[in-house]
Amino acid sequence: MARARKWDWTAILLMSPSFAIFLALLVLPIIVVLVLSFGERAEAGGYEAAFTLAQYANLPARWAAFRNTLSLAPTGTILCLLAAYPLAYFLAVKASPRSKLLLLILVIVPFWTSFLIRTYAWIFILGGKGIPALLDWVGIPDVRLINTPFAVLLGIVYAYLPLMVFPIFVSLEKLDKRLLEASEDLGASPWATFRQVTLPLSAPGVATGCMLVFILLMGEYLIPALLGGGKVFFIGNALVDLFLQSRNWPFGSAVAVSLVAIMLVTVTLYLRLTLNRRGFRDQSMV
Amino acid sequence: MIDPRKEFMAQLRRYQMGSVSRRHFLGVTGLGTAMAVMGAAMPGLLPRKAYAGNIGDKVSLATWPNYHDPKDFEKFKELTGADVEVSVFGSNEEFLAKLQAGGTGWDVFVPTNYTVSTHADLGLIEPLDLAKIPNYDIAAQDAKLIGEGTVKGTVYGAAKDWGTTGFAVNTAKVKENPTTWKEFWDLTRGAYSGRVTVHDYQLTTIGNALKYYGYSFNSNDEKELADAEKLLLEAKPHLFAITSDYQPAFRNGDAWLGICWTGDGKQLHRDIPEIIYVLGKEGGEVWTDFYAIPKSAPNREGGYALVNFLLDPAVNATEVQFHGQPSTDSRTNKLLPPEMLNDPIMYPAADLLSALEFGSAATFTNPARAEILARFKAA
Repeated sequence: MARARKWDWTAILLMSPSFAIFLALLVLPIIVVLVLSFGERAEAGGYEAAFTLAQYANLPARWAAFRNTLSLAPTGTILCLLAAYPLAYFLAVKASPRSKLLLLILVIVPFWTSFLIRTYAWIFILGGKGIPALLDWVGIPDVRLINTPFAVLLGIVYAYLPLMVFPIFVSLEKLDKRLLEASEDLGASPWATFRQVTLPLSAPGVATGCMLVFILLMGEYLIPALLGGGKVFFIGNALVDLFLQSRNWPFGSAVAVSLVAIMLVTVTLYLRLTLNRRGFRDQSMV
Repeated sequence: MIDPRKEFMAQLRRYQMGSVSRRHFLGVTGLGTAMAVMGAAMPGLLPRKAYAGNIGDKVSLATWPNYHDPKDFEKFKELTGADVEVSVFGSNEEFLAKLQAGGTGWDVFVPTNYTVSTHADLGLIEPLDLAKIPNYDIAAQDAKLIGEGTVKGTVYGAAKDWGTTGFAVNTAKVKENPTTWKEFWDLTRGAYSGRVTVHDYQLTTIGNALKYYGYSFNSNDEKELADAEKLLLEAKPHLFAITSDYQPAFRNGDAWLGICWTGDGKQLHRDIPEIIYVLGKEGGEVWTDFYAIPKSAPNREGGYALVNFLLDPAVNATEVQFHGQPSTDSRTNKLLPPEMLNDPIMYPAADLLSALEFGSAATFTNPARAEILARFKAA
């Protein structure tokens, strides 16, 4: 311990490629964005060097995008969790080994198709000749599904479900089944067993799944654009418009920096909250 | 099976030897005067070489949706050996933003009239070497439509086609027979709430909201723009979608009324006759799209070859029949079926046309307008 540390050249050599990638593709771009965010929009669009906080002062102009993202991303995460947990539980605990493999494959198969195509398919399912036509046929006329916040949430749950299912499945799979029997032998009802044994032990999976889904949702662009008809506006959509339509790079950068800042704060708080809870400390989850 | 290349060469030999007529040759190969392009692929066969040097195996084209007949690209490949790599964009702002950011790899793209001068002023596109586009005959073009391809006396854009911005109406559902932008916006906020689409594009959506009040499509006046924004914000809850890809919504029966470009109107009407295309009586937009070559084009020669090929009147005529936008080229128009030339969607009546305005560069680059559309979308 007290011995002076020597440079471990093997480790440094092994680390350097990933370090270089992170530096070139993550750290440097973030610095560029940060610098741009203090600049001004050039006359014909783009960036003009300056030092001003005007872009940050203008952030309230995108309040609706922040509001939509900050409400729909957590809602989408919770809905994903509610849909994924029973499925993961069934896969890990109830399914027979043979059907388990088949069911796992079924969860993965959609990943073989492009995300864009799968989302595009929902346009037709939710559009006028899809489910609304079916509902009309059984006597419920005038239902509108496509281009509503509902459609966006549905698309989110559909697209992100596997990302939630797998971490939960893995943590439930590792769960020692003898603990469940012990709980039953000690007189606990099935619900009490679930609440006091299964749920706490699967919590790391839940925490990982939620974080994966939430982080990706905060930057979501495609689903609101396709299933929201341009009317449900996320920060991702605001960013695309600022860079590709208004060509206002400094303001776009300021919005991007704010998004990164919000995510850093949220994720840090979330990790502290979950890691500090009893029973979590020894589980390596990240 | 006959190898089409070999068959083509056989026909060409027969034609050169005089055993088949020119007309037969053109009929069999379907190439028209596109022969000029062959100079690149089969040097020495033609008396005049149209292109110096090899054009490589790939030409990159950035263009609009549903804007080219894929068969024409196959012909280009047959003639030159070069694949056409197509990327599709939905707005002029995107073309400009990508070129400003650099590294597009495009050899040709298709900017609209009001953006050519901006691209030229920023040094993003090069003055066209017209000697490399012999098929672009300026004298044969409709002079009223191609003016903005020329900036300060230098030609930067070779006209592709032109069109208008009106609205599509599904007459099976909409019975009021709207003919004005006033009616369009009133019906949007009234009887057809939830059935209307507008472009995800500031120039046309704001421009046609301005027409509601009878203002200029190009207005950059603060007060007039504020009125337009108010109308847009009122209309927003009644819209089905804000999108420039509105054909699916009309084809699905979700949208019954919506801002529409000529080509989309033509394609929708062709497939679903009850969907008609209307030009607002107050006016609106007329536009021309141009082929332009970015200064950064990695394959400049290929870019010129592709433009020259597509502007060959015979090829252009098949293009027009595919995309449904009228041509600026009188030689191309001569090759079109008469029912197309008499089609009021493609070639509207003179009195409706005279009310239309060309979009202006100031309208396109006005940051206030971009911000209004952003507020409208985020509201």
